[in-house]
Amino acid sequence: MPLLEVTGLTVGFGEVESVGDVSFAIDSGERFGLIGESGSGKTLTALAVTGLLPENARRSGLIAFDDAPLPENERALARLRGKRIGMVFQEPMTALNPLMRVGAQIAEALALTDTPGDVGALLEEVGLEPRHAGRYPHQLSGGQRQRVMIAMALASQPDLLIADEPTSALDLVTQAKVLDLIAELCTRRGMALLFISHDLKAVARLCERVAVMHRGQIVETGATGEILGAPREDYTRKLVAASQLHLYADAGPPAGPVLLETEGLTRRYRQPGTWFLAGKPLTAVDAVTFSIHRGESVALVGPSGSGKTTLARMLVGLDKASDGRIHFEGETYTGADLPAHLRRDLSLVFQDPFGSFDPRLTVAASLAEPLRLLPAMSAAERDQRVNDAIEAVGLPAAMLTRYPHEFSGGQRQRLAIARALVTRPKFIVLDEPVSALDVSIRGEILALLMQVRRDYGLTYLIISHDLDMVRAIAGRVLVMQAGRIVEEGTPEAVFAAPKHALTRELVAARMPDLD
Amino acid sequence: MTFSRHPSLWIGLGATGVFALLALVSLVWTPYPIAEIDIARRFQGPSAAHWLGTDFFGRDMASLVMSGALTSFVVAALAVAIGAGIGIPLGLAAASYGGPMEWLALRLSDFIFAFPALIVAILITALFGPGAINAIVAIGIFNIPVFARVARGGSLTIMSLDFIDAARLAGLGSWAIAWRHLLPNILALIIVQATIQLSLGILAEAGLSYIGLGTQPPATSLGLMLKDAQSLFMLHPFLSLVPGVAIVVIVIALNLAGDGLRDALDPRLRRQGAPHAAA
Repeated sequence: MPLLEVTGLTVGFGEVESVGDVSFAIDSGERFGLIGESGSGKTLTALAVTGLLPENARRSGLIAFDDAPLPENERALARLRGKRIGMVFQEPMTALNPLMRVGAQIAEALALTDTPGDVGALLEEVGLEPRHAGRYPHQLSGGQRQRVMIAMALASQPDLLIADEPTSALDLVTQAKVLDLIAELCTRRGMALLFISHDLKAVARLCERVAVMHRGQIVETGATGEILGAPREDYTRKLVAASQLHLYADAGPPAGPVLLETEGLTRRYRQPGTWFLAGKPLTAVDAVTFSIHRGESVALVGPSGSGKTTLARMLVGLDKASDGRIHFEGETYTGADLPAHLRRDLSLVFQDPFGSFDPRLTVAASLAEPLRLLPAMSAAERDQRVNDAIEAVGLPAAMLTRYPHEFSGGQRQRLAIARALVTRPKFIVLDEPVSALDVSIRGEILALLMQVRRDYGLTYLIISHDLDMVRAIAGRVLVMQAGRIVEEGTPEAVFAAPKHALTRELVAARMPDLD
Repeated sequence: MTFSRHPSLWIGLGATGVFALLALVSLVWTPYPIAEIDIARRFQGPSAAHWLGTDFFGRDMASLVMSGALTSFVVAALAVAIGAGIGIPLGLAAASYGGPMEWLALRLSDFIFAFPALIVAILITALFGPGAINAIVAIGIFNIPVFARVARGGSLTIMSLDFIDAARLAGLGSWAIAWRHLLPNILALIIVQATIQLSLGILAEAGLSYIGLGTQPPATSLGLMLKDAQSLFMLHPFLSLVPGVAIVVIVIALNLAGDGLRDALDPRLRRQGAPHAAA
């Protein structure tokens, strides 16, 4: 007898059917994964199961929990949600009340469900210490917040835990730890799990059985090993193929002379102190010295908050170093004083493809913006440059007149690369270039990056916490922790025999390959 | 932007438009000249000859309302222009330069906020004498910090987006970023605020004229009409009612239009109507 049985679930908005005829069942104690790209209807399915669909949604089909259909009555439904179903959401910062101490929030979850329990014990169960109860959400790290969310979900001792992309906002080390925690809790409490993710490897690590969703429908269901090891459907095969990154042979050793070099580069931020006394300065980047050769592809790896992005912003001239120097092609600068004639040689591709274009400008206007760094050119020359750039990233020039909202995430990231290319730079910093994208299109974007690197003879500095991606496209790895570079070497050497504790942790957090 | 989706926008814009049109027409034609005094026909009720009756000088009330509405609109609109013209660049500069510039702009707007329009108007009147121009300047000064804050607040959320950094990488200076990227993205906010300030300006002008610091006779404004009629309120309440209702209707219409514009222009509110198709 399954714990949760969904039969012929259909969810629609107006004319559009977002989820069509979805059926699956979860036994008690079973860990079930729902895989799909963004927009495939997996979150709507989870919301339907908990009766939390938006008001304008139409739902049909049967959802039975413990052999009883989901109550229509809002109160009864709320009681069921509170007592028997726990939920963990994607973004732990917005799911917690920022004005309440987390201990009080967990206590509230206990009180609302009349469950005897102890906040301290729950915190301990999710791997936090009792002293964390007195903190506010903003005083905790992303991983700790997600643990608090899990503790709240556990408060009612639910039979089913629904986790909607619980780790995609976390860095890889934390992600692995949270996944392990969820697995351990399910086993210890005999709790069933509905795990929703676009990350095949996370699902493979956690779930016994999976369903693959595509355009609102389940295309395949079965045991994890079978589905991901030997997929029957084309779509699943595509997903599996996309999650295995192609290794690029020419990511290899440096060829040319030194292009960029830093010397004791340091960035300190002043922190607010009491009254007029300045607080203790926070050192985001601490005396970093390294060099990058022409034609190299170097990865900068580290957990969130290790200073990777601050370092990159100084290199491209968006932030000013407190100490130290940067040399680029024989010229010296400290960050924001980057000489104007060097700016065209340095470029940056941002992480978030949605925030990196002005919604009020056409794509052509945005792409042409960096051209002001070059000597004056005619309108025809400009258009030619922009056309070349957009075609280099595999998009038709006819798209130039459109506005950013008309593009998908993957297309926008292509456009961001095109903008970085338009001045024909020598050096590009890629700040987490694919981490905001669906797994299925990451491979394409990486292939594109390697393609333009060959075509334009570029040097890359790739910022990432994803070791698989780093292994695929970087020839050398710098590992960064707390503002310092703690290890350096080729990806093979570093990942095979990590010396520093952090590197070992990063390597251990890697998701197992699918087969 | 259909009527059924934004009824308050269309009602508000429609009513404002009617009054604005009447005010404009008064430039070239009013039923009677507003300065024409004829004691013999004073205190007449509404009739075919005088739609809204006549006042204590025998002037035609309909003509006065048309002309008064023009004064009110012109004063409020110029005050908005002054406030927006100084306040928006101030707010944009505060957001895009940051640091000392921001401190200066914020302290300046705090300083102006500390003086209500009325106090500023009294000060200006004490220095330069009463008149419509002084009302414009006083209300305009009061509008500066309002627009500065709206421009800065809207810009701050946009400043944190990556495309601003992309523009810096492309070599744009702070001012170019403010002009090219910030202003177009906060325009909707500013239009809504301008509508609301317009209605507040009309109220402020009425208030200033009522206490004798605004428009001076023989010119007229809705506030001045109220002031003239108030001593006769017990005898001829209709004289106060006409300009009072006109002010109320204009202000409500402008507020409706402002709310409607906010709904129509603010993408966050627009998105709430659409299905949450994220999955």
